[in-house]
Amino acid sequence: MTPMIEASGLTKRFGRTLALDRLDLVAQPGQVVAVLGPNGAGKTTLVRSIATLVRPDGGDLRVFGHDVRREAAAVRAVIGLAGQYAALEPAMTGRENLEMIAVLFGLDRISARTAAARVLAQLDLVDAGDRLVRTYSGGMRRRLDLGASLVGAPRLLLLDEPTTGLDPRSRIELWDAIRALVDQGTDVLLTTQYLDEADRLAGRIVIVDHGRVVAAGTPAELKQRAGRSVVEVHVRDSAELPRVAAALARLDHGAPQVEEATRRVSVAVEAGVDRLRDALQALSEADAEVEDISLRPPTLDEVFLSFTGTTGHGTVAMEACA
Amino acid sequence: MSSATMRASTLVIARRSMVRFFRTPQLVVLGTVQGAIFLLVYRYVFGGAIDAGGIPYVDFLVPGFIATMVLFVGVGVAAGVAEDMREGFVDRLRSLPIPRSAVLSGRALADVAQLVWGLGVTTALGFVVGFRFHGSAGAALAAFALCVAYGVAFEWMFVALGTLASNAQAAQGIGFLVFPLTFVSSAYVPVDSMPGWLQAFANHQPITVMVDAVRSLALGPQAGPLLAHDSGYYVARALLWTAGIIVVFAPLAVARFRRG
Repeated sequence: MTPMIEASGLTKRFGRTLALDRLDLVAQPGQVVAVLGPNGAGKTTLVRSIATLVRPDGGDLRVFGHDVRREAAAVRAVIGLAGQYAALEPAMTGRENLEMIAVLFGLDRISARTAAARVLAQLDLVDAGDRLVRTYSGGMRRRLDLGASLVGAPRLLLLDEPTTGLDPRSRIELWDAIRALVDQGTDVLLTTQYLDEADRLAGRIVIVDHGRVVAAGTPAELKQRAGRSVVEVHVRDSAELPRVAAALARLDHGAPQVEEATRRVSVAVEAGVDRLRDALQALSEADAEVEDISLRPPTLDEVFLSFTGTTGHGTVAMEACA
Repeated sequence: MSSATMRASTLVIARRSMVRFFRTPQLVVLGTVQGAIFLLVYRYVFGGAIDAGGIPYVDFLVPGFIATMVLFVGVGVAAGVAEDMREGFVDRLRSLPIPRSAVLSGRALADVAQLVWGLGVTTALGFVVGFRFHGSAGAALAAFALCVAYGVAFEWMFVALGTLASNAQAAQGIGFLVFPLTFVSSAYVPVDSMPGWLQAFANHQPITVMVDAVRSLALGPQAGPLLAHDSGYYVARALLWTAGIIVVFAPLAVARFRRG
């Protein structure tokens, strides 16, 4: 089977910045692939290279077997792109925007009209279809933007941080829309900074940092490898920090990390609500004054940490808990 | 790619710009009103105090006003290009299976159409405030065509500048480039009324050359007291500048659009 994306040794430099550093990636069709990484990891450059908007300096990149440099036209005929902004004409209606893109995709007028109507229905925008886009909410614009990338019925949909900047409700609506597309058989490659987004949508997650792939696998595999949940305790008074740290240390899950600046103590634990109860008990036995306590999944930084030994972008984070 | 695709995609992209223009009242009304106010201010407020070298000031002013209009319209072009780049619209078009040059040709077609519209409106306004052609009908048409040619040349300059600006506001800053070029020229006042050091600049910059050509065509024999040479001389110089601007900026604009 021809891979959907096949990158080997992919390199792109912008001035002094190495955006892609000999990146290797093979993604098969029939699934949603999420490229996960912090700002500046090279996600957008990867998507723009696949969309033939950026010309790689070195290495090889093929989309369904087509070389992005030598067969750019063939690549453009099979992809649909939705970038970080809603790239729409605000002075045209939703329907007009979709018909315009459909015609540019090579459809004749009648097919373009049919395709636009289909996409409006698919994304639940029929009622708003004949309103000017400048009257749309942010969430509606993103959905229409997604529609614009779909109207040419591409084999592969490229979504660059599709939900960045959306409110939680619009985000969930967009997720639903993406999931519905996948059910209908469109292949999707999306980038995201959010672990939960990758988790909800993707069958395969590729973690990218400093222009290279640091880990790849199914969400379950990665979580297993990245490990553990984190119990995090905030205190009101930093004088409480040592007492809290000592209490959490008694849980036997490794050394707690203390952050003076944010008055926060955290410790990685095996997943489970039981661990939160244990922590509460230890804290109350130690008579510690606690402002807030939470059990949360590892942050992206912490997942990175477990794969790379360093944090993605130099922020203060916890040390590895072996 | 077939030429039909090139033509079809150019038209679709141009249509979008036209729809945007006519459905954005700020662009249509504000642009027109602003131009009209400037024209009225020159004609009726400053005009009385300006000695136009022996001809009515309105006849002196209107050809210069129309010729320099292409620059003020161009600032909007640069802002539009910067916005399309920033908002991802250009990326979307470039990711589609169309010839990449259609992105530029579509934009240029619509911009020039809007310029012709603006030139027509401004010329009509000129007539309302008392301007009259004094040359032949053919010369009047040639003057109009010359203004369109300037517009095409500056289109490339402003597209190139628009791709270099990081956002629409920065592109608006290009207005600061337009002001010295238009004001320190023969467009609104005779150059010999300026101090010597300013005359040196005014006499040798392209806008003066272009304005003189339009004025020479529009005024015909009446331009005698102002312009030492015949129209052919001024038009040839203006066309040279027009070609020069295209040769410098068109490849730059195309390269900036192709880059990746």
